Amino acid sequence: MKLRTLFLAAALAGLAAGAVTAAEPQEVREGLMKKIGGSMGALSAIAKGQKPYDAEVVKASLTAISTSIKAFPDQFPAGSEANSEASPKIWENKADFDAKAASLGADADTLLAQLPADPAGVGAALGKLGPHCGDCHQVYRVKK
Amino acid sequence: MARRARKLVSTVLFLGVVVAGGAWFVTKPERWPAAHWDGFGAPDLSHGEQVFWAGGCTSCHAAPGAEGDAKLVLSGGLPLKSPFGTFHVPNISPDDTAGIGRWTLAQFGDAMTRGVGPDGEHLYPSFPYGSYARLTPTHVNDLYGYIKTLPKSPNVAPPHDLPFPYDIRASLGGWKLLFYSDKPRVPVDPANAKLVRGQYLVEGPGHCGECHTPRNALGGFRTDLWLAGAPNPDGEGQIPNITPGSKAIGAWSEADIATYLETGFTPDFDSAGGSMAEVVQNIAKLPAADRDAIAAYLKAVPAR
Repeated sequence: MKLRTLFLAAALAGLAAGAVTAAEPQEVREGLMKKIGGSMGALSAIAKGQKPYDAEVVKASLTAISTSIKAFPDQFPAGSEANSEASPKIWENKADFDAKAASLGADADTLLAQLPADPAGVGAALGKLGPHCGDCHQVYRVKK
Repeated sequence: MARRARKLVSTVLFLGVVVAGGAWFVTKPERWPAAHWDGFGAPDLSHGEQVFWAGGCTSCHAAPGAEGDAKLVLSGGLPLKSPFGTFHVPNISPDDTAGIGRWTLAQFGDAMTRGVGPDGEHLYPSFPYGSYARLTPTHVNDLYGYIKTLPKSPNVAPPHDLPFPYDIRASLGGWKLLFYSDKPRVPVDPANAKLVRGQYLVEGPGHCGECHTPRNALGGFRTDLWLAGAPNPDGEGQIPNITPGSKAIGAWSEADIATYLETGFTPDFDSAGGSMAEVVQNIAKLPAADRDAIAAYLKAVPAR
């Protein structure tokens, strides 16, 4: 509660000073996760045949996953635990958390280097990327 | 304050149950008659493996954090925090001394479906025998056979850490009298084989209600709120409502639910977190028809 008041005060002070306040880390990281989710959705639509195969979409989706996950671990400054689904374990095991993010980034980059060429290839790519989500969320995300 | 009051109420109620527990003849551990477990012959091991994954045994009994094949070592040791104290999950690997290697099928089956331990003692319902009670004896036999094939572990978990009065096992007879039931939680059309299968998986081995159904002060299900969501038993947050009235998944189609149980992805590509991520890993190992059956059942339960 106190923390929220502090944030509010800080935000208001920022506004009063006319400064452009950067989005809070909670919002930034949620946005990054949503971007990854959206990209997974676009890939899945192709894999399931709901959308035609489009190399540009595949490339854009994989690129979005790669860049988002690489920026992700930097969005957890001390004090940003509140008002989010982030587990306190992120801050206790930051190195492990970072490694999990990096391993998804590496898999996305491998796929970018050899772009899946048809819906079946996109399906196989999802099979590589998907398990990262559950693997990390199991430990580091708290559903609220 | 409210929490303290609740705790007090729980304690007083529980003491009442202990008194009731004095009525030993109504509350003594009740095994199946020995003949119940006779004559099943050689277990079907591959079906036993399916019961094993449907039951989510590894989620509690594997060493915390185990992955891959290490999950098949049921060494126990995971602490389960609850409002009644901390339970330490036991070793159920087939080790002769540390595990269940010497248990007979009857001992194993009575533990699974009646909450009675190998020495005739009551087991705590942190082990979800209230759900497993619905397992057919044939399925118990298959599961028993499969677990016997898994690696042995010498690990010995610490004893449960429960404050008075919850440390009195005899009182569990009262708890069972009040809350134990192997009857259907909700009615489904018995002519619909898919729904019947879904009901079996959800109410039985899947033990979904253990987290998704709210409990009263004594830890019994609030049966009118079946699968309606509850506070997370092992930490922060809320376990979602999964009835058709759910804000989280009420709008999902059966196919959406089945896909989620296979991949962990929601229709808008959010993904499962916390202990549900592990549940998905287990349920993904079942045949697709089982996930479809679970989805059909979840659409058929009363909306809450």
